[in-house]
Amino acid sequence: MNTWKSIYAIVTKDVQSELRTRYALNALLMFVLTTVSIILFALRGDQPSSTVLAGMFWVVVFFSAMSGLSRAFVSEEERGTALTLQLVAIPSSVYFGKLLFNVLLTLSLVLGVTIVYTVAFPGFTIQSLDVFLVTVVLGSLGLASAATIIAAIIAKANTRGTLYPVLSFPILIILLMSVMNATAKALDGERFGEAAVDFLVLISYVMVITAGSYLLFDYVWKD
Amino acid sequence: MNLVTIRAAGIGKNFNRRTVLKDITFSLSSGESLAVTGKNGSGKSTLIKVLAGLLSPTKGKVEYELSGAAVDLDGLRPTIGLVSPYLQLYDEFTALENLLILLRIRNNSTPAPADIEKIFRTYGLWERRDDVVRTFSSGMKQRLKYIVALAHAPSIVMLDEPTANLDEDGCRVVHDTVQSLQTDTLTIIATNDEREASWCKKRIHVGV
Repeated sequence: MNTWKSIYAIVTKDVQSELRTRYALNALLMFVLTTVSIILFALRGDQPSSTVLAGMFWVVVFFSAMSGLSRAFVSEEERGTALTLQLVAIPSSVYFGKLLFNVLLTLSLVLGVTIVYTVAFPGFTIQSLDVFLVTVVLGSLGLASAATIIAAIIAKANTRGTLYPVLSFPILIILLMSVMNATAKALDGERFGEAAVDFLVLISYVMVITAGSYLLFDYVWKD
Repeated sequence: MNLVTIRAAGIGKNFNRRTVLKDITFSLSSGESLAVTGKNGSGKSTLIKVLAGLLSPTKGKVEYELSGAAVDLDGLRPTIGLVSPYLQLYDEFTALENLLILLRIRNNSTPAPADIEKIFRTYGLWERRDDVVRTFSSGMKQRLKYIVALAHAPSIVMLDEPTANLDEDGCRVVHDTVQSLQTDTLTIIATNDEREASWCKKRIHVGV
């Protein structure tokens, strides 16, 4: 009960802080706009297939997330508040608080990218809404859970900027393959059952990464 | 106020090959105060961090007791108040918001409005409570650290360089605070100032 209150307090603090400072939001917004503009220039009016569109969708989400999600821990280290948080909160509260904040941020990012893609690419038409919604929710959970523990690790390092995508890519590759498959199926109008295997992979991924991160976090967070 | 005891047994701390703390042993209970003295770089702040659970010792262990029963640090966390130069506050929040946010995260109950006003007035920040911390001077931030550390009436108070950045009035308030704490609180002060060390009944000198 007390842990939940502490987690809620950390999420609320991070949301309020983000709304005031816009560290992550600005980075995400600029990255989405820049990458989508480059893709539009490269395509020159061509209509890519649903598989390519799904791939490009998650490429934008992945790299935008890499530029924004690390802020959860990096900003605490840079401002010297990480020790304050370490003093007042138990490690599990910090981990789940940061994880929930990153889930919210990733869901907002995916919603934003979906809107931009729908406007910018006429071929990006979601035929199976249920498949798409489950894909983006599970994809966001997986992306946020992996990004959170990697952010906690790299926040202690000196070469944060380069380490983050380098460490993230091998951990996220399974997730990215599954979400790209499932998104292509949602764009092609396939039924829920046809994406079931991808969903099972995504659910397993989220559970394994979250449980592993929870066990590892205590060691990452202290010292 | 809960009866608290801290037992440090043979604490050592190395950073890579450099030994900072070596075989520190003491026991301290509520109502007692300890001054940790030593030169710059002698490991005073490191010892405070180890005692507060912010660093793990390389050797030895720290044991905590609450009302006679052994507890781990997580059980003791809501009862610790720490003021230190390396603990920073959230610049984008106001002084009052910083206090309330950190109390909520620590699972402390929010003090009554009158108590909040009293502690803010004691440290001379009542008129600035709704200003963001970014606009504060280093001395005002130090005062706010005291408010955040003491508002929940902690059983253990650790002060690292207690009067750093404070003016004469601030130093007097800190001195009065330490004097008032000494009856039922476990107080540890890390300092290289002889005057501040004399506020405590016990003393330990660190330095390898």
